Amino acid sequence: MGREVMAEIKKNHINKMLAQGKRMDGRGLEEFRPLSIEINYIGTAEGSARVKLGKTDIIVGIKMSVGTPFADTPDKGVLTTNVELIPMAAHFFESGPPGADAIEIARVVDHGIRESQMVDLKALCISPGEAVWINFMDIYVVDFDGNLFDACNIGVNAALRSTIVPAAKHGKGEDFPMPVTCSPVSCTAVLIDGNIAFDPTLEEEMVANARLTVTTDESGDIRAMQKGLHGSFSSEQIKYIIDTSLALSKDVRDIIG
Amino acid sequence: MGGMETDIKFIDENGLRIDGRKPDQLRPIKIEAGVLNNADGSAYVEMGKNKVLAAVYGPRECHPRHLQNPAKAIIQCKYNMMSFSVGDRKRPGPDRRSVEISKIIAEALDNVVFTENFPRASIDVYIEILQANAGTRCAGLTAAAVALADAGIPMKDLVPAIAVGKVADTVVLDLDKEEDNFGQADVPMAIVPRTGEIVLLQMDGHLTTEEFDQAMEIGMKACMEVYEIQKDALKRRYAVDAAIEEE
Repeated sequence: MGREVMAEIKKNHINKMLAQGKRMDGRGLEEFRPLSIEINYIGTAEGSARVKLGKTDIIVGIKMSVGTPFADTPDKGVLTTNVELIPMAAHFFESGPPGADAIEIARVVDHGIRESQMVDLKALCISPGEAVWINFMDIYVVDFDGNLFDACNIGVNAALRSTIVPAAKHGKGEDFPMPVTCSPVSCTAVLIDGNIAFDPTLEEEMVANARLTVTTDESGDIRAMQKGLHGSFSSEQIKYIIDTSLALSKDVRDIIG
Repeated sequence: MGGMETDIKFIDENGLRIDGRKPDQLRPIKIEAGVLNNADGSAYVEMGKNKVLAAVYGPRECHPRHLQNPAKAIIQCKYNMMSFSVGDRKRPGPDRRSVEISKIIAEALDNVVFTENFPRASIDVYIEILQANAGTRCAGLTAAAVALADAGIPMKDLVPAIAVGKVADTVVLDLDKEEDNFGQADVPMAIVPRTGEIVLLQMDGHLTTEEFDQAMEIGMKACMEVYEIQKDALKRRYAVDAAIEEE
């Protein structure tokens, strides 16, 4: 998402500071920005959250309906994750259907949720092969300052936990809370001129050579990963990012609650 | 218009509506200016259960370029409902309704912005409905006007907007979702308060000419109330900035 140009002098300054273990906003290299989560933000959604990670600001809403399951998973509910990078959020976002950047974020968030079996999809089956709960998780970015991977992951974690399945409205018995089994939390780091920084800002993402997102669960296992951007990591760097992500994800999980 | 049959009593024996409002009473309105970081100007509006964000970028280079006007800036507006803002999930992306609303909002705003100051430029207005409960185009336009002012774009005035409607054969102000579903008429309108010009007007349903006159009268009055809340939001925004500067 770096369709912006940055002055060479600023880029050098960021590099120089990182080499000394410092960042433009005063954080340490392994430090997240302030995180705030407001659940049940949208009254018309079954579950929702507004998440602010530094100056990145997103709104997640979950809508549920009854539909038919996929043929190969007749006894499982359906999950769909969608990210909208709307032009409100940054001057270089354009309106239109989700592009490659938005789709990548949505898929990485989706993998974390799906592979950890965070949502018990079997509990979202109403009648095998016929009727299951269809779960649309839509994420709108309203202000963009980097690290959408983690902001969106946190938003979906919080929104799912606040979701009430609207069974009564659809004549399918009593409402019940979303069957949530664990919390897969992602932590993203970028490699900038040989230094690794977590929870990158937009400026840091613009000068980054490579990016790695690691989604881990509370038992310390890895549930999803995604390497991005044109550069590369050494295997030592990847191990360091995984270990640090595991430690950082605990703090994030505490805030999600 | 919904126009469905119902047993709901929309006006009780005391002349009050389901939510206890008088026929010419607004829902509670809250407006905040400057709520986003990246946008040049922004505003958040809550009108009853409506939640709306508006952001303004510009004046900036006009895309697509063939829309450029050598004499003035153009105002491009995108009104969008978030998928979860309504009862059944709305598919993301523009539909015929949102394209039309975007068009009339841009045209309304064109009346107050000194577009001739910025030839060839574009002023882009983005309206996102986070939560909808009838009257979103008016809430959206009200928010957009505040966001334009927050962006520092020269304007001759703000634009407050409100809808008047008819339920149970009574002309009422600012219909909520329940009233709108069974409404007999809907008249969204927006004005330029300093001149009294009407810059947005739509109507669908069924009104006598007398009822329409009445609708215009209470609508104009309500727009002036919205106008005061818009101005107050901008004053609070600048008051905060002044306080910081003094430190």
